[in-house]
Amino acid sequence: MLAYYLRLGLHSLRRNPLLTALMVLAIGVGVATSMTTYAVFRAVSANPLPDKSSRLFVPQIDPWGPQARLDGSDVPDALTYTDAMALMRDRKGARQTAIYPISHTLIPDDVSREPFHVSGYAAYADFFPMFEAPFVYGSGWDRGQDDAHAAVVVISSQLNRQLFGGASSLGRTLRLDDHDYQVVGVMADWNPRPRFYDVNNDDAFNDPPDFILPFTHAVDTHTDTDGNNNCRGTSGRDPGWDGWLRSGCAWVSFWVELPDSAAVAAYRSYLQGYAAEQTRAGRFHWPSNTALFNLTQWLRHEQVVPPATRMSLLLSLGFFLVCLVNTVGLLLAKFMRRAGEIGVRRALGASRREIWLQFLVEAAMVGVAGGVAGLLFTGVGMSSIGLAFDPDIARLAHMSAGLIGLTLLCALVATVAAAFYPTWRAAHVQPAWQLKSN
Amino acid sequence: MQIRPVLAALRHHKAGTLLIAAQIALTLAIICNALFIIHERLARLSQPSGIDESSLLVIGNEWVGKPTPAQIASLMAADLDTLRKVPGVANVYATNSYPLSNGGMVLGVGHSPDKLKYVINAATYFADENTLSTLGLKSVEGRNFRPNEIGVLDGKGAVQPAEVIITRALATQMFPHASAIGKPIYVSARPSIVIGVVDRLRTPFVDSSMAKWSDCSVLVPYRQLTPITQYVVRAQPRQLDAVSQRLRAALYAVTRMRVISPKDGVRSFAQVREAAYRDDRGMAILMGGISVVLLLVTGAGIVGLSSFWVGQRRKQIGVRRALGATRRDILSYFLTENLLIAASGVAVGGVLAIGLNLWLMKQFEMDRLGMGYVLGGVVALLLLGQGAVLAPALRASRVSPVEATRSV
Repeated sequence: MLAYYLRLGLHSLRRNPLLTALMVLAIGVGVATSMTTYAVFRAVSANPLPDKSSRLFVPQIDPWGPQARLDGSDVPDALTYTDAMALMRDRKGARQTAIYPISHTLIPDDVSREPFHVSGYAAYADFFPMFEAPFVYGSGWDRGQDDAHAAVVVISSQLNRQLFGGASSLGRTLRLDDHDYQVVGVMADWNPRPRFYDVNNDDAFNDPPDFILPFTHAVDTHTDTDGNNNCRGTSGRDPGWDGWLRSGCAWVSFWVELPDSAAVAAYRSYLQGYAAEQTRAGRFHWPSNTALFNLTQWLRHEQVVPPATRMSLLLSLGFFLVCLVNTVGLLLAKFMRRAGEIGVRRALGASRREIWLQFLVEAAMVGVAGGVAGLLFTGVGMSSIGLAFDPDIARLAHMSAGLIGLTLLCALVATVAAAFYPTWRAAHVQPAWQLKSN
Repeated sequence: MQIRPVLAALRHHKAGTLLIAAQIALTLAIICNALFIIHERLARLSQPSGIDESSLLVIGNEWVGKPTPAQIASLMAADLDTLRKVPGVANVYATNSYPLSNGGMVLGVGHSPDKLKYVINAATYFADENTLSTLGLKSVEGRNFRPNEIGVLDGKGAVQPAEVIITRALATQMFPHASAIGKPIYVSARPSIVIGVVDRLRTPFVDSSMAKWSDCSVLVPYRQLTPITQYVVRAQPRQLDAVSQRLRAALYAVTRMRVISPKDGVRSFAQVREAAYRDDRGMAILMGGISVVLLLVTGAGIVGLSSFWVGQRRKQIGVRRALGATRRDILSYFLTENLLIAASGVAVGGVLAIGLNLWLMKQFEMDRLGMGYVLGGVVALLLLGQGAVLAPALRASRVSPVEATRSV
């Protein structure tokens, strides 16, 4: 029977090619717009470290007090150097690292090559196991080397290819500005998106960092931050490098790994206690104000998903809804036009269920065709996505098997749902009326 | 044309009527907001920077090997000297940032040394005596910096200028009722005397959260002696392309111990602007595309359903024609029917549009939708409805009275 319905449906769709094309195109365009914007949305809202995100936390300590928030601004999303160093010293988490973005010029050994700019991070040894950074050669450094302010560096596989042709560069020397660093590890291609550990500097979707070196050494060499340096709520600072380190300027990111809820609770009370201690010591003049975000909360807090991306997705879904309402209307027109034919079939013994099934099959055919059209349009959308979105974000969105399946499924389900009312109406055609008028 | 019979007939097509009305309502709600978003984005795009963009080039330079401030001072002097001698270069200066660069220094500007009691934020640009003429800034009051006023600043030094030049927008914020010239303002713990006011100089930031002070800038008389420096170059008329080809080679001839990215180390200001507003333009394109296709889909949907109704009622039309109705009567019947449906659709749609806008305002810091957009959208959709129904209605008007006698 299904084959017969398919034949009937095909015949009917062919009879009104324009109307059929209109329905298929409307569904195709609607589903494609939604899928394209959804692909972008999914790319930027992904969890970069799903198996660990609930165990990674960002502490926040208010270094400026309520007075600096009178204009409605928030507690700074980084720590002062003083607070970050205190947390590093106390080591109350299973693992922890202070981080800040830095950049250098790299001078190749081969003098015929021009120096070039590299960017990366200053961090502690825990950075690598904490964030599950994969290595091709070697590994990160250890805590002892943090304490020794060692001049070591971990480089990206891309930089390793560029400088050493992809061979193991362990033990080789890298000249970054005026210092030499010994390569202790080469990371595999590793670039979690969004780059959760640096979202407070708006670098969520950039190329992977070229290198990572010890925080303690970066501070020794007076390497300035490449990210935000927020002194808004301070009462000024002394000039010079040490004046900056001692200041209330917020510029150090901090991450801590806490294995279970007991550890989280303990860390919360530790933070409270630390801030209260600062108040008692006279450094803060306000009751302690601290917070602890886990990774996903932090991404939300930092609004990593650009508002424009969410807005495009919502308006695209609205657009798809209009396309569906349109389909309901057209299917209704199409089915009711054949009231006579339905009357004859009913009179010849077809049950309501069978009529209903027949038209549902026809609608499903429209849905499948709409899905295929949607796939084509999504392909077009994906290739022109750079027109509408930041290129860094646009290249994250790509056609995956999942997206293809989702496009087809959305088109089919939406069309069948849209066909529900028209088919119900078709099934309730009174055969007597139709036959009488003839 | 009588409305009562049209209404009576519509009662027999409840579902179709509701569907068209709903589609028109949703379309109106989306179109109004999409057009409003487009307008907002285009308004941002067209905000003037205050500088003579068409003859400007910017160079991102970084010296290699972390030279000391003293070394940087002489390297910078040599670079400026060299750039000035490049054929086609009219003027040049070194700075930390420039309009639309999306990075820079922001200081609170106030009337007292208390840093927390500032009046408004302002972008801080390091400048020298060549800055005004290089950027082509229009001075409205006061004077330019003198060469002997230009100080030097190492990486973490304190910005405490004795003199500043500010924009008119900032001057108005600080001194609404009087000239700012000669008056002190505080960007640090020490007073800075305003010596000049320029008409307009945009901040580096295009983000909407900083839109409130987008024309508030302070020029401070410093050379910043850090390894990373931006040069802003003014080319002589019609020399921009030729000059941009020469700059990188000229600087590398001074010393090779530097990095000027071969990819985007030298940019024309047109490229700077393009990069700064890429997101805004993208959003406008996306919303424009959605709006156009949405109108097409809705129009086509109306054509489809109206055609069906005409086909369904051929016999009645025939009867009416046989009873003396003119072609005009039939035509206006279908036009009126569509107008009634569309009117109810836009009535609901107008409310939906405002509701959607209120929700978007809460979610995305959008402004309030102007009534003009809703009215414009209403007119556009009513016209779209009438236009879409015209072809089926004309077909209906051509139904011959003979149809009344046909049985099939």
